[in-house]
Amino acid sequence: MHGYHLTIVLAPLAAAIVAGLFGKKIGRAGAHWITIFAVGLSFVLSALVLKYLYWDGGHAENYSVYTWAVVDGLRMEVGFLIDRLTALMMVVVTFVSLMVHIYTVGYMHDDSGYQRFFSYISLFTFSMLMLVMSNNFLQLFFGWEAVGLVSYLLIGFWFKRESAIFANLKAFLVNRVGDFGFILGIAGIVMFAESLDYATVFASGPAIAAQNIEVISGVPWNAMTLICILLFIGAMGKSAQAPLHVWLPDSMEGPTPISALIHAATMVTAGIFMVARMSPLFELSETALAVVVVIGAITAFFMGLLGIVQNDIKRVIAYSTLSQLGYMTVALGVSAYGAAIFHLMTHAFFKALLFLAAGSVIIALHHEQDIRKMGGLRKYMPITYWTALIGSLALIGFPGSAGFFSKDALIEAVRESHWHGQGAVYWIAYLSVMLGVFVTALYTFRLFFLVFHGKERMDEKMRSHVHESPWVVTGPLILLAIPSAVIGWFTIAPVVFGNFFGTSIAVTERHDVLAQLGREFHGSWEFILHAFQQSPVVYLAAAGAVTAWYFYLKRPDLPDVISKKLSGLYTLLVHKYYFDDLYINGFAAGGRAAGKFLWQKGDELLIDGIIVNGTANTIGRLAGILRQLQTGYLYDYAFAMIIGLTLLLGWMLWF
Amino acid sequence: MIGLQHYLTIAAVLFALSVAGIFINRRNLILLLMCIELMLLAVNFNFIAFSRHLGDETGQIFVFFILTVAAAEAAIGLAILIVIFRSRRTINVRELDSMKG
Repeated sequence: MHGYHLTIVLAPLAAAIVAGLFGKKIGRAGAHWITIFAVGLSFVLSALVLKYLYWDGGHAENYSVYTWAVVDGLRMEVGFLIDRLTALMMVVVTFVSLMVHIYTVGYMHDDSGYQRFFSYISLFTFSMLMLVMSNNFLQLFFGWEAVGLVSYLLIGFWFKRESAIFANLKAFLVNRVGDFGFILGIAGIVMFAESLDYATVFASGPAIAAQNIEVISGVPWNAMTLICILLFIGAMGKSAQAPLHVWLPDSMEGPTPISALIHAATMVTAGIFMVARMSPLFELSETALAVVVVIGAITAFFMGLLGIVQNDIKRVIAYSTLSQLGYMTVALGVSAYGAAIFHLMTHAFFKALLFLAAGSVIIALHHEQDIRKMGGLRKYMPITYWTALIGSLALIGFPGSAGFFSKDALIEAVRESHWHGQGAVYWIAYLSVMLGVFVTALYTFRLFFLVFHGKERMDEKMRSHVHESPWVVTGPLILLAIPSAVIGWFTIAPVVFGNFFGTSIAVTERHDVLAQLGREFHGSWEFILHAFQQSPVVYLAAAGAVTAWYFYLKRPDLPDVISKKLSGLYTLLVHKYYFDDLYINGFAAGGRAAGKFLWQKGDELLIDGIIVNGTANTIGRLAGILRQLQTGYLYDYAFAMIIGLTLLLGWMLWF
Repeated sequence: MIGLQHYLTIAAVLFALSVAGIFINRRNLILLLMCIELMLLAVNFNFIAFSRHLGDETGQIFVFFILTVAAAEAAIGLAILIVIFRSRRTINVRELDSMKG
């Protein structure tokens, strides 16, 4: 097994290096064959690892491969912790990555950076695998930063575009804010547990939770609460939770395969994975969990609303991703880690599917992304249409689809999470996820109807060129549509309610909402019936879809009327709650103003002007006066000597 | 009776004259050298006067040394003067101000 693990990680890295450094030599076909082969190998081996751990009853493994450094007893290692949580993530990551690799062959067909692109996405796969397979915080941080770096490189892949450069810088900077919290959290762990190893840290969790720390002297904070909130700030950056969400919509400047792989299916879920992995720590701090719930709930509902007013096909899906990540975060906050990871998995499939379908539409329309210029594509692109329909249904939670099982289980878990009290936290979470269902259905089907149904709004020249995408594009769509449609049926019982995760996720009994739900769970079919009978979720989703149909197909004039009536709300949504304005004009401009002030007043005026040049100038001026004494005439020097001699003699005689 | 104080007065007058010569003369470098010689002679006068007054011959021997050194110095001084004249075509003290600050 150890050989498998190393191969899974190193194959994409090797392929990335070959495709990146020798891209010219091996050519375009060589670059895509070697990376697809490497990622395919990783996928097959990951699947075997999952099979070994789940069906063959193998044991989780935790071992270190290489000791990088030992400093004062702190071991910095490269190691793998392979349990079922890791194995599930590995399969999801490598599968979506493989699909995206194949899809890229079609999508990037004419791009001059073909080899570079394959090199990057293979490097991304390596980084993401390092992140999920890690058994210590240092390697986690390495993977964390490495995926961030590749994300930066790929958002700015078309680096000649002004907007792409702006977007990748923005993504990088916002992630730095999150990483600042994350590395402080890791520092806190090293401070209290004196180890980077997961197992050691988790074992000393209760001891940490019993301690207080005074960051501000006189105000004691629980050490575990502080550490968990700091770690969660890292997750907020990476998983784009409000208020650090602003980079994700802009990251859509990158090529579409990247949006599917990194900004929907895998990298942005790293934060969710991390919190689930740290469940033994988060379980020890209910305050931190409450923070997680509130942040997630706010993101889930309010980011969904933004999806309704966006007109860029990819941005609508990006806001949907934000909203769904919010759902996962809420699930984490109510200790339903299994439900969060389950939603992560189904979301990875159907959201990657939606992005790739959007990409297929974008290719067909020659890189037109404005949904107001689409419409009626159904008859031109049947495969894209049907797969996008499956993805949309999964996203809104159509009964039976993968998204239905994961989202419904998640919402049930939130409803059962009475241990948060009946106070504000509970109601914020519950109302947000409920209303979020309606909003999700509304924006999803708005997008779907505007793109595939209704009037054909593209111009005549464009219409004559529209045709279905090649098989390398539609193949991955079909392969992703299958799990999006059916994977919930088989997996909900073991993953959410069964004992799939075993010891890899720790939940205290008081928090264990999934176990409570599990007692009432009698198979997938019953679960669907139960949803119809006792929960408004399905009806809310249906209402959302019908609203979208009414507004965008039946009465397409209505949205304009409503947006004029509610112009205040509409303006707020169009400006994305003014977050960008606040950050760009507030923090960024404030930072620049402070920098300019320090540069002009502090550096140029005070240090350069007064201290450095001022000293030199004063000495120069003084010397300018004193040099007048040096006439250069011999007799003046002689005179000075005589005067000196006289004074000296006089002084000697006098005293 | 001519006593020590008369000799010393003569020496002081000579010294003062030479100092005045150095200050007042702003033209000729040769005059400057001569004034320096005069200064040395004034000092010699003191030596001789004290030697005689104290009855010690050492002072007079010193004067011979000083005269010798002064002669050598005058030779060197004149040599330098010639070099200066060659390079600058003048021995005007006013114009020798390349050390001016």
